[in-house]
Parts: sequence; C-alpha cells; structure tokens
Amino acid sequence: MTENNGLGPSLLRVQDLETFFTLRKWGFLRVGEVRAVDGVNFDLREGEAVSIVGESGCGKSTLAKTILGLQQPTGGSVHFGDQVLDTSDRRQMDWYRAQVGYIQQDPYGALPPFMTVRRILEEPMIINGVKSSSERWQRMEKALTELKMTPVEEFLHKFPHQLSGGQQQRVVIARAKILDPQLIVSDEPVSMLDPSVRVEILELLRLLQRDYHVAVVYITHDLSTVRYFSERIFVMYGGQLIEKGLVEEILRNAKHPYTMALLEAISDPDPENVNTFKKVPGGEPPSLANPPAGCRFHPRCPYRIDGTCDQKPPPEFTMTEQHRVSCWLYGDAS
Amino acid sequence: MAQDNGMFRVQDLYLSFGTKRGVVQAVDHVSFAMPKGQTMVLVGESGCGKTSLGRALLRLLPRNVQSYEGSVYLNGTDLMQLSEERFRRDVRWKQAALVPQAAMNSLNPVLRIVDQVTEPLETSGSRKQWAQARQRAEEVFQLVGVPLDFLERYPFELSGGMRQRVILAMALITDPELIVLDEPTSALDLLTQANIMNVLKRIKQEKGFTFILITHDIATSSELADLAGIMYAGQLVEFSDAYSLFTEPLHPYSQKLMASVPTLKEDKTLEFLPGQPPSLLQPPEGCRFAERCPQKFAKCSQEPPAIDVKQGHQVKCWLYERGDKRDRK
Repeated sequence: MTENNGLGPSLLRVQDLETFFTLRKWGFLRVGEVRAVDGVNFDLREGEAVSIVGESGCGKSTLAKTILGLQQPTGGSVHFGDQVLDTSDRRQMDWYRAQVGYIQQDPYGALPPFMTVRRILEEPMIINGVKSSSERWQRMEKALTELKMTPVEEFLHKFPHQLSGGQQQRVVIARAKILDPQLIVSDEPVSMLDPSVRVEILELLRLLQRDYHVAVVYITHDLSTVRYFSERIFVMYGGQLIEKGLVEEILRNAKHPYTMALLEAISDPDPENVNTFKKVPGGEPPSLANPPAGCRFHPRCPYRIDGTCDQKPPPEFTMTEQHRVSCWLYGDAS
Repeated sequence: MAQDNGMFRVQDLYLSFGTKRGVVQAVDHVSFAMPKGQTMVLVGESGCGKTSLGRALLRLLPRNVQSYEGSVYLNGTDLMQLSEERFRRDVRWKQAALVPQAAMNSLNPVLRIVDQVTEPLETSGSRKQWAQARQRAEEVFQLVGVPLDFLERYPFELSGGMRQRVILAMALITDPELIVLDEPTSALDLLTQANIMNVLKRIKQEKGFTFILITHDIATSSELADLAGIMYAGQLVEFSDAYSLFTEPLHPYSQKLMASVPTLKEDKTLEFLPGQPPSLLQPPEGCRFAERCPQKFAKCSQEPPAIDVKQGHQVKCWLYERGDKRDRK
C-alpha cells in the first residue's frame, strides 16, 4: 500500500503478478515458457485513471486479461477491494465480472454481428438480474444519451454493421458501463479509429470516469494520448513495469532510458521536424520466451553499465513518492 | 510541355469504381504539382481515397474500374496516354515505384531476400548480369541500413522493421524518380517507426528521390514533408507547402484535423469533428465537408473550386474566394 497516498481507498492491487505461457513441442513436451507478464506490481485507487504504455508484444494485453480474470495468473495475485481473485471460483468470477467492464480494441470484433444494439446492451443486465424491463430501458437510454448516441430509439434496433466505427466503439463503452462497474479496463480503445473521432471517444471515456468515479486502466501504445486521459503512467517493457509516475512527471522528467527513447520517438506536428533526425536506439524488443539476463532493455540501452545491467535485474528505485524507476542508473548495484 | 521538366504534375485525375450499389468516386478531380526531389505527404482519414490516388498514379488498379481519366505528367510526358505495355515496360519500377500498405507482410516466404529484391531489375528488362544486380542490391541495403548478410536469409528470419527496410530497398533498387509510399510505418512499433523515418529522411537528403507519402498520421508525416495535401471524401481540399499547412491550415477540415492531433510537448485543448465523412457512393452536392463544417454558409451548396490563396497554396473552400476572407472569425 506504499503507493496509496491516502487519496482514496485502494481498489485494485496487483502483486508480483506473473502470467507465463508454456511452449510445447509435439503437443506435450515442455520446451520453455513465454514470460508475458513477469513480476508486475501496482496499486489503483477508487476512481483513478492510469495508463499502461508499451510497444506491441510487451505483455500489456496479457496484463489486461489477467486483471480481468480471463487469464489465470501463474504467480502472484490480484486483489480487488478486500478479495483475492481466484479464476477457478465460478461464483466469485460471476460477481467480479459485474464489477469490471472491458473495452476491447476492435469494436467490430467485440460486438456480436447477429445482435441488435438493444440486445447487446440488455444481455449483461438480464444475466445480472435486472428484472424490470422498464429499468433496463432507462439504463440503456441513459447510457446511450451520455455517449451522445441520440435519438436512442433509432440506434437500439440497429445491427453493428450499420454503425460507423466511432458508433460501434460507443456501443462497446455503453456495454462496459451499463452495470455501473467500479473498474473499466480498456485495451487500446481508440487505435482502430480515425484521428478526428479518437479525441471524442477519449473525452467521453474521461467524462464517464469523472462523473461515475470509475477507476480506468487505459492500455495504449500511444504516449501522446495519455496526457489527455490519466493521472498516472506505467511504462511497460518486456513484461515488466519499468517506470511509474504522474503524467507530467514522466513527460517532463522521464528517468528510464526506454521512456526517454519513447518520448523522443513521438513526433509533434511541427514543420521543423524535417531538418532533425531522431535519436532513438535501434534493435528490437526482446523475445519474452528468452529474455536477456539482467535489465531487459540493456542490449539496446545507450547508457548501459557493463557488468551490472547485463547481469542483475534492476530493482525499483524511488525517485519521489510517486515516481519509481527500475534502472541501475539511479541506484547502487553493490 | 517542355517547362514541365523537373516537375511531377497531376491534373484532374478522376477514378471511380463500379460496385453493385453504384459508382464509388474514389478520386475526384485531383490536381497538384510538385518539384522533383521534394516530398509530398497526403493526409486523410480512412476511406478518403488516398490509397486509391496512390495506386492510380502507378496505374495499379482493381478490375472494377468504371472510369479513369485525367493526366499525370512525369518529365513532361503524359503517362496516361501511354499504352499498358509501354507503361509497364518504361514507367512502373523504372521511373515510379509504389510501396503498398503492409508490404512487409507480402514478401514471398520461400524465396531468399536477395532473389526478391533483385527481381525488379530483371523484370524491368535491364538485362543486367546477376553479379551486377547483386552489387546493386548491396548498395541499396547499405542505403536503408540492413546488414548485408540478410541478403541470403528468408523473410521469416527478419523482424518487422527489417522487412520494411527490405521492401524499401526493393523500391529503390531500380533507381526510380518517384516513389509512392503507402502508410510505410503504420504497422510498426514506435521506436522502429522513428528509425524508418530517419532512414527515409537520410535517403531523401542524400539521393534526392521524390517521395509521395500517404498516411493518416499527421504527426509522423511532418517528419518528412516539404509539401502537404489534405484529402477529404475523394478530393484534395488543401494543398500547400508543409510549413503553411502545419502552422496555419486554411480549410476548416484541415484546421479541425490539426486541432485533433494530440501533442506531447505543448498543452492544447483537443478538438474533434462531429459526424462522419460522406459516402463516396452518392457524395453530397456542393462542398463535401459542408455538413460537418462549423463555418458553413449559403454558398457551400455549390461545389467550391480550388482557390489559389497565395503562390502554391490552394484551398477548396468558398471562404477564401477572392482572398478577402482570409482573417477567419
């Protein structure tokens, strides 16, 4: 509970979380494992929005699925409120799934093509015992109005393929929040949308988070949208969270060489860019089946300390109360 | 058209597809001109016809083309007048090459990289010796920053970023004057993306290729742009030098689009566009953006011409008629 500054009760606590996938040969011989999530710790307060930023293949979607209970962790634990999640406990999972909403990346793939918007939104309520149909109607109307899908009657009997990408994503958001969850996990909610629509969806999500005091875990590869969305950023690389901190702190004063490289790599629309080259490290993200020893970033790191970075994995060093970095540059190796 | 030398010019290019539901006007009377050795970026949202325009320039069209008109001048010759055979032999790859979207996934998995990269040299009738072709392949590999021993490998042994570089090398190998890049970095990771942009920038500065970069990513496009065009619903709504377009966009759509780009370094309030682009099946009469435009007025029900606001800056919007309404609001 060290990261909880007394700003609110802790809602979600992830402790030493590990999700490994076994690699098999001929279907039964174990030949290794993919360490998709490897020792992740964080704490989320009620009503707080955090972003998890990382490149493709860094394990961020697996982390989301593990938090949602869609994936059994191989080690560590997820605490929700005062409970420890156990994916094999059906009853607890049924309860848990009403407490968390999930916004998927591809809205078209996430909506069943044979159901109308009305059925899509009604189904979670029927399953979770909202018996009165007038209450269901009220909730649907409220959710769609909040997401600016009006007139509501017009949308309710449409099928997903009759909606535009932005509207589909709104239906996904409406479905995620229709049971008034305490936590929403959104996995790249806007990466499939056009830039002019993107901002609107992010703003709607932000409004929901503020108005209903829902905690949001926003997973993205796009650092530039993060500042418009969350209070804290966790940077993920090779299955681990390597830097955690407040948004402004990370954007202005990033400490980990990987975060610095990410910030350098992002362009702002500026005609002066034509004349400058970006200083970014080459190389590729590590394979999670066979991660490098020591710090996972060391093969690409320009500030590598030989003999330390390639041998011992760095622990988390505290820069300020809110800002933590896993990098040997900021601590003593001995 | 002797004065056209040193320019690449497109005039009234029109491309439509016949579908079961009607005629789709993918590229609607697009005109622009650019000096050689410069880079133009073509920005637009999905479905605005930017890829169709890129393919139309190289006459790489699907079968359901309904009409394909206009002129494309390269070195003073109208490429549209050439026969299919001559276009194939003299223009495609030799003078102009296209790097299609997600091309890195289209490498043949059972052929070595070197066999694929040198293929344009042989098929374009250059009749170079094998050794020469290989030497040329080594040159372009050095240019795009791929280790030479990758020539002997197979595509699955390469990472996404390396495959994208190989594709780029393949487009460069015949030394074309014009290269059309369709979303060259959109499927790649951030750091890889920045690396590829660095490569493109270096090639552009050192070798003076003419690039047309098609993208939806405005922020990244500013890395390479000398000239910029904004497309909306099949039309080029604004075309100018990159500096004016990025600092002071004129068309209401360009303004909104620029305002929707999140920035890291400066704080700004993001704006968004309500509504969605019109269907290209039955585009609305008059200005196609009118329905979503915050500055719409009576005249917008007629189609605006491309108005020259100043030298080399064209806007397809009635607001700039006679240049007297340049001070917006």
